[in-house]
Amino acid sequence: MVSRADAGLELLDLLRSIPDPEVPALDIVELGIVRAVEVGPDGVVRVDVTPTYSGCPAMRVIEDDIVAALRAHGREKVELRTVYSPPWTTDWLSDEAKAKLKAYGIAAPGRAPTDQELVPLTSSVRHVDCPFCGSSNTERKSEFGATACKAIHYCHHCRQPFEEFKPL
Amino acid sequence: MTALFEYLLRVGDDRLVLGHRLSEWCGHGPVLEEDIALANLALDLLGQATHCLKLAGKVEDKERDEDALAYLRDAIDFRNVNLVELPNGDFGRTIVRQFLFDAWSVLLLEKLQSASHAELAGIAAKAHKEARYHIRHSAEWVIRLGDGTEESHRRAQTALDDLWSYTGELFVGDEVERSLADSGVPNPAMLEPAWREVVSDVVRRATLTLPANGYMHSGGRQGRHTEHLGHLLSEMQILARSHPGAKW
Repeated sequence: MVSRADAGLELLDLLRSIPDPEVPALDIVELGIVRAVEVGPDGVVRVDVTPTYSGCPAMRVIEDDIVAALRAHGREKVELRTVYSPPWTTDWLSDEAKAKLKAYGIAAPGRAPTDQELVPLTSSVRHVDCPFCGSSNTERKSEFGATACKAIHYCHHCRQPFEEFKPL
Repeated sequence: MTALFEYLLRVGDDRLVLGHRLSEWCGHGPVLEEDIALANLALDLLGQATHCLKLAGKVEDKERDEDALAYLRDAIDFRNVNLVELPNGDFGRTIVRQFLFDAWSVLLLEKLQSASHAELAGIAAKAHKEARYHIRHSAEWVIRLGDGTEESHRRAQTALDDLWSYTGELFVGDEVERSLADSGVPNPAMLEPAWREVVSDVVRRATLTLPANGYMHSGGRQGRHTEHLGHLLSEMQILARSHPGAKW
């Protein structure tokens, strides 16, 4: 007889097989979207999820993927709960996850910004190392990229644009 | 109707309407980076609105979800400030409006993070992180446009002068905020000094001139809107209203 706690951990591991739809190099557990999996005494699987960004359009797909993966594993009764607190932060990404991002061609996030000026001087923009050649001779082109979680930079050394997973 | 429901509509509708306005720039931005930036901002605001309206529907408990609240209410039932429904105008006007809103929004959300309603506090904490980079973006642009060419300076100043009379409403509270004061909802008037400080600082760095306080428009919180909101809603709502219950 598997305890309910063990069953929850096993299902959490199962969810590690689901890649993020927008950054498939990472799975939804290491991204910090799945916060907890719990098997109730009634057999209902309760999954706590938190959105990365308020408007992340991938959330619906991720929720569908979770339900589908659990059903395929014989868990018919699934309840998804959206939790907002604590708010998602890129600080939850492990070093391993950051290495995967870099290998995928996306610069990993630095520490999430804390307590800075509301409107800092533009000269305080930090330089992000190029994920392709490692140079720090780069320039931020825009804080907004193809998805909410990425910024656009340009590397003057290898002359390529690249994306950064923004620290949040 | 509870005060909390009413308040959630105010917070949600501000973001829904402004998000929709910004989305009108999609495909029309002056440069590709800004096209993407404005669409990103729109998406964040729409997401924040979704969470607020979803919670509002739950609080109301009349089986209205976030879609019903967004698509099936008329202008008179919207609770956003008039500032956010004004037409985009040129890029400068859109940016100035965004900055005036962001500077207020970031201060409001900071306070709401410690509201006693856990879900509202959580939504606010998340939105606050986004508001931090929103204001960075809009303030940088206000400075660049104001301290730019003669033409960009003139346009930014005109926008600031025109929009100023719509900022007073951000700081007017009524019994809704008052009855939620114990739950950590700030009195809107309390946000004005800090807002003024941020706005004055950026306006000064942008070499623009802060307009004098004169007549201030109001009424949005009570459903009295400009003619522009109805036009915006007709476009935003037509699909959901023409095909009731449709899923896509």
